[in-house]
Amino acid sequence: MEPENKGSTSSIVWRHITDADGMHHLVLSGSLTLAALGQRLQLVLNDLSAFKNERDLRWDLTQLTQLDDAGVVLIWRAWGEHRPKYLQLQPDHERFFSRMEKMPPPAPQVRRSWLWPITVQGKAAFLLWEHFIGLLTLSGQLSLDIKYLASHPARIPWREISANLYRTGAQALGITALVGFLIGIVLSYLSSRQLQTYGADVFIINILGISIVRELGPMLAAILVAGRSGSSMTAQLGVMRVTEELDALTVMGIPHSLRLVLPKVMALGIAMPLVVLWTSAVALLGGMVISEIQLGLSYQFFLSKLPDSVPIANLWLGLGKGMVCGMAISLISCQFGLRIKSNTESLGDGTTNSVVTAITVVIIIDAIFAVVFSNVGLR
Amino acid sequence: MANAECIVEVEGLYTRFGSHVVHEDINLCVRRGEVLGLVGGSGEGKTALMREMLGLDAPTQGTVRVFGEPVLGQDLKKQQRTRNRCGVLFQKGALFSALSVYDNIALPMRELRTLDERMIRDLVMLKLKMVDIAPEHATKMPAELSGGMIKRIALARAMALDPELLFLDEPTAGLDPELSEGFVKLIQTMRRELTLTIVMATHDLETLVALADRIAVLAERRMVALGPLEEVIQTDHPFIVNYFCGERGKRTVGNCRNS
Repeated sequence: MEPENKGSTSSIVWRHITDADGMHHLVLSGSLTLAALGQRLQLVLNDLSAFKNERDLRWDLTQLTQLDDAGVVLIWRAWGEHRPKYLQLQPDHERFFSRMEKMPPPAPQVRRSWLWPITVQGKAAFLLWEHFIGLLTLSGQLSLDIKYLASHPARIPWREISANLYRTGAQALGITALVGFLIGIVLSYLSSRQLQTYGADVFIINILGISIVRELGPMLAAILVAGRSGSSMTAQLGVMRVTEELDALTVMGIPHSLRLVLPKVMALGIAMPLVVLWTSAVALLGGMVISEIQLGLSYQFFLSKLPDSVPIANLWLGLGKGMVCGMAISLISCQFGLRIKSNTESLGDGTTNSVVTAITVVIIIDAIFAVVFSNVGLR
Repeated sequence: MANAECIVEVEGLYTRFGSHVVHEDINLCVRRGEVLGLVGGSGEGKTALMREMLGLDAPTQGTVRVFGEPVLGQDLKKQQRTRNRCGVLFQKGALFSALSVYDNIALPMRELRTLDERMIRDLVMLKLKMVDIAPEHATKMPAELSGGMIKRIALARAMALDPELLFLDEPTAGLDPELSEGFVKLIQTMRRELTLTIVMATHDLETLVALADRIAVLAERRMVALGPLEEVIQTDHPFIVNYFCGERGKRTVGNCRNS
């Protein structure tokens, strides 16, 4: 027997032999495993596939030292997905190949219907409706909870409320102060340049006072809190769903709305006006510093002129907006958090959607306030 | 000194979490082709030891070698090659919840970048058949599966690259007796078909007796016994006496002590 054709990679070796009777043999030796083949897998497959059409070739796999599933799949494909006519195997390896023969066909791919653009839109519309109903139900449940707590004051979850107050209020002071201060500086700097050209320096106080107290302070605080606390509320409830903590609460007879949602809504309802007040104050401070530098308005003058140029109604409006936005943010975050399913993708989607929705709703609330209170606090 | 016969070698291993000492001077050698059962009470650091073998945590002191190479502190390429030779079955399966069953098993194969999609498809179907999962479940998401199925699919994923070394963390925890027996049978079949070295942390005595060639017992921060079951149960240590010779132990192990 003379080897006529010899293919070789470092691990697997095959010899093409013609014996005395003129029969062609292909003897494989070495290891045919995923780890041993490594990068050469496609090459080996191509080389072995070249023998596919030799119908009378006698395949001899008895000299293989190692074989695994990947090797079996490879050689099966080299054969054209059926057993060759002549095949010699180690008894141990027989079951690999019988398993290949019995392998079930893969599950058919799910086809996309040509109507999918419409169904996607429809599903989105239904989802929106579902969220709307969910929010309505949740607020209704909260009103019932408040009624219940009014008659059972001992059950008010004070600890949760105070923990949430700290997390959403006290811990937000730093970031809201920084952003507020910078916005105050920017606003004051840009306006002072314009006002200087008209010699209307004094009106910087009106511009800063009205815009910050009525609009920018509440909005900055609400958007920052929506991003900060909203996402954390949704993620917290979502993880509680994933780890089955929500179910544990249910079986203990502790309602989610009373113990988880209500404290968040109440805490943010209390914390937001305070955060708004803080943000507006710091933003005004920033504006005041710049008007001193740019226009030479003294701090004393600025502060004494402020109450005259900004009616107090604006402050109440800002604080009211803050409270409504805070409650809306926590309601939306909880609604999205409770709808999260127990998988990571849903958790990520839920958190994103919750923040996006919360910020959108905050701006919608702002617009509604602007229209409804258009003749309050402005001269 | 790396012993060639040791697939996993643990030398002078100490683990401390703050002031809490978990392991004190653990020495262990997992031989090629054997099933080593890690046994110990709750909080005795079975999982911690396994995580150190996997290179997920670094021991406070001592070395862990897998295939003769230190687990940590290698260059990335080498480490990746070692990791491709290991399969891990986590206690809760740790299937990627964002991927379907099919994609979960295909993921390690795709990461190799040497296999084409058709081969991956054939291999995934083979692995699914190996763990007795019908092909129609391939498109399901992990959240839709039962606990037993998750375990079996996680095993299929652990076996995706035909590893030489398999780590099983509580392979039968959370399965009913029938399912866990099926699982034990599955692992026995796999051992017969492939040359597998298995390190298994378990609480379940029946699984341990059915699968383990040698048993390492962790108690009071040390390894108090290491050897085949018959030797281990002769050791006079309160934990071993309790564990193997309690009511349950007697039923499973049979006559547990000669004395």
